[in-house]
Amino acid sequence: MEYFIQQLINGLTLGGIYALIALGYTMVYGIIQLINFAHGEFFAAGGYMGVILLSFLSANGYLATYPWLCLSGAIILSMAYCSLLATGVEKIAYKPLRKSSRLSVLLSALGMSIFIQNGLMLTQGVYDKAYPTIFSQGGFDFGNIKVSYMQIVMLLITILLLILLNLLVFKTRIGKAMRATAQDKTMSSLVGIKSDRIISLTFIIGASLAAAAGIMVGMYYGSVGYTMGFVPGIKAFAAAVLGGIGNITGAMIGGFLIGMIEIFGAGYISSEYKDVFAFIILIGVLYFMPTGIMGENIDDTRV
Amino acid sequence: MIQEFKSKGKKYLIGLVWLFLLLWPLLGINADGTLTFVKAFSVWLYIVCASMIVVTIYIIHKKGLTLKLTKPLSSARNKIYAYTASMPKPLLFSIIGIIAFLFPFFTERYAQDVAINVLIYICLGLGLNIVVGMAGLLDLGYIAFYGVGAYTYALLNTFYGISFWLSLPIAAGFSGIAGCIVGYPTLRMRGDYLAIVTLGFGEIIRIVFNNWMQLTNGPNGILGIKPPSVIIPNFTNGFSLEYLYLKKLHYLYYVALILAIFTIIVVARLSASRIGRAWEAIREDETAAEMMGVNTFSLKLLAYAAGAVLGGIAGSFFAARMRFVSPESFTFIESAMVLSMVVLGGMGSIPGIILGVIALIALPEVFREFELYRMLAFGASMTLMMLFRPKGIIPSKRMGVRSEEKEE
Repeated sequence: MEYFIQQLINGLTLGGIYALIALGYTMVYGIIQLINFAHGEFFAAGGYMGVILLSFLSANGYLATYPWLCLSGAIILSMAYCSLLATGVEKIAYKPLRKSSRLSVLLSALGMSIFIQNGLMLTQGVYDKAYPTIFSQGGFDFGNIKVSYMQIVMLLITILLLILLNLLVFKTRIGKAMRATAQDKTMSSLVGIKSDRIISLTFIIGASLAAAAGIMVGMYYGSVGYTMGFVPGIKAFAAAVLGGIGNITGAMIGGFLIGMIEIFGAGYISSEYKDVFAFIILIGVLYFMPTGIMGENIDDTRV
Repeated sequence: MIQEFKSKGKKYLIGLVWLFLLLWPLLGINADGTLTFVKAFSVWLYIVCASMIVVTIYIIHKKGLTLKLTKPLSSARNKIYAYTASMPKPLLFSIIGIIAFLFPFFTERYAQDVAINVLIYICLGLGLNIVVGMAGLLDLGYIAFYGVGAYTYALLNTFYGISFWLSLPIAAGFSGIAGCIVGYPTLRMRGDYLAIVTLGFGEIIRIVFNNWMQLTNGPNGILGIKPPSVIIPNFTNGFSLEYLYLKKLHYLYYVALILAIFTIIVVARLSASRIGRAWEAIREDETAAEMMGVNTFSLKLLAYAAGAVLGGIAGSFFAARMRFVSPESFTFIESAMVLSMVVLGGMGSIPGIILGVIALIALPEVFREFELYRMLAFGASMTLMMLFRPKGIIPSKRMGVRSEEKEE
């Protein structure tokens, strides 16, 4: 039982990360029906920005004195950086291709993904970069169950970001415009919504969530590498599909579920094959219920 | 005119500033707590200069000043095209064949090595072309079948000592079966979903190679695979037959050449056949093809299996040539490479794909000093190609407008 609860907590932490990345996929897919292949790279870029900023701050001694301020500053700055990156990628690689076939958009996204990945490698080096330690390694012990400070911080940040996103999408005018554009691009532009701007905004939001996830993963595992975006990207995509692609609540639920499945699969079945579970879920969901849990309406061309 | 330049120039300047903002944090914020501008600025300046040159050429081209230069060039190209088209096909093919046959006599080891790589990738590219170019199914896990072929030969050879030529059909069969297993559940999906699921399957197969220690020796790979052999008569002591292992590189070149020619013939014959036409009908409009009585599901499965078989053959040869296989050779980036060869060359066109393979394998060897920037350039060229010439270098002749495009 204790093992189960321990795994549950680990699963929640990992699932939060997947949920944050999955949101970017699902929002972009919802609005322009494109699998943003470069999304995993935004996540990696976020992780790298985090390590750059935090080691800069730690070398100047700020990190030891104001850890919270430095952490939030680093997260906000790297979110801003990834927004900048995402707008650029969207303007260069996706916007001119909005009218062409899906295959060419997908390939152009793939090209961008390879480009960013290698850009990171060339500027930051081939080897993994170690994160400076911010919080002490300790945590709370409940009997045999350990919850580290890091996990609590991660969960808090994840929940905060998810609440903020929900408020933005469901309570503000911008959110309303986004939902309208996702439903019908032509109609929403007829009523005065600038769809290009909304699409850029969607990319920005998705990329900044991924950047936050990247920093947290870097802190949790202690290092970042330039290929770190690929596998979590696919798993988060699986999460988005599981929740029903295009559906924001679905992506959150799907992210947590995929995280749990991975951790429990690794804990109870086989840790070597832990990457396989997400893929099997992805294939199973697409085969048996392509609309996902939340049942987003999908027409013939999408599946 | 001026207005246009003003707005374009503004965009260009914003782009450059944006680029600097992206570059500086990566290069300028140091881990030792200092900030530097020089490094980022110098890199940025290089990019600015390069882009200036491109923009100037573009403007000159737009104004029609390059017409004097390009006109004779394009007329010469047209003449070459017309000449090759007027030549009888067998003659053209035999000239290419003779050049390919004589290639090892005039070249060094290094060039032969590159040529073998090119030939392997021609097999792979043409195999993927059946799936992506002809049947229009985007497959991002194609390299898995290459891996299945390679591992089949490696295991058959190291465990049972079965020779290359005997295990070639077995490996092809196994890859075909793997193709059917992967294809059966995935082919109900279309477009993007199919792409991501095939990617997932490709990763699963690689993870299995990586973790099944008893069979595949995990990440350490399998060593000691025998190269292909031929039986030659030996007359020294009366008459006897003996095995000759083709260890020399130029022998291997000929084996690769035979396999590549075999693949080219198979794909050309398939594309001219009834099945090929059915595949193209599925590519253009699946629903309409089904209405016309094309059995879409089994034909898609057949396309998948055929692509997998060709990939498996190429994989067997890869194992025989390297004499070593490990899961690292079958990562996603290899799938992306093969796919971009197909796309750069022109989906569905055989000469296009051959050209695409040469462009992506042989050109980087020429620019060996820029090895580090190879994948960077590769990613950028993939995007640029999609932006400016989405049909590839030599577009296929029978390629219609996809139904999805018309709807938009």
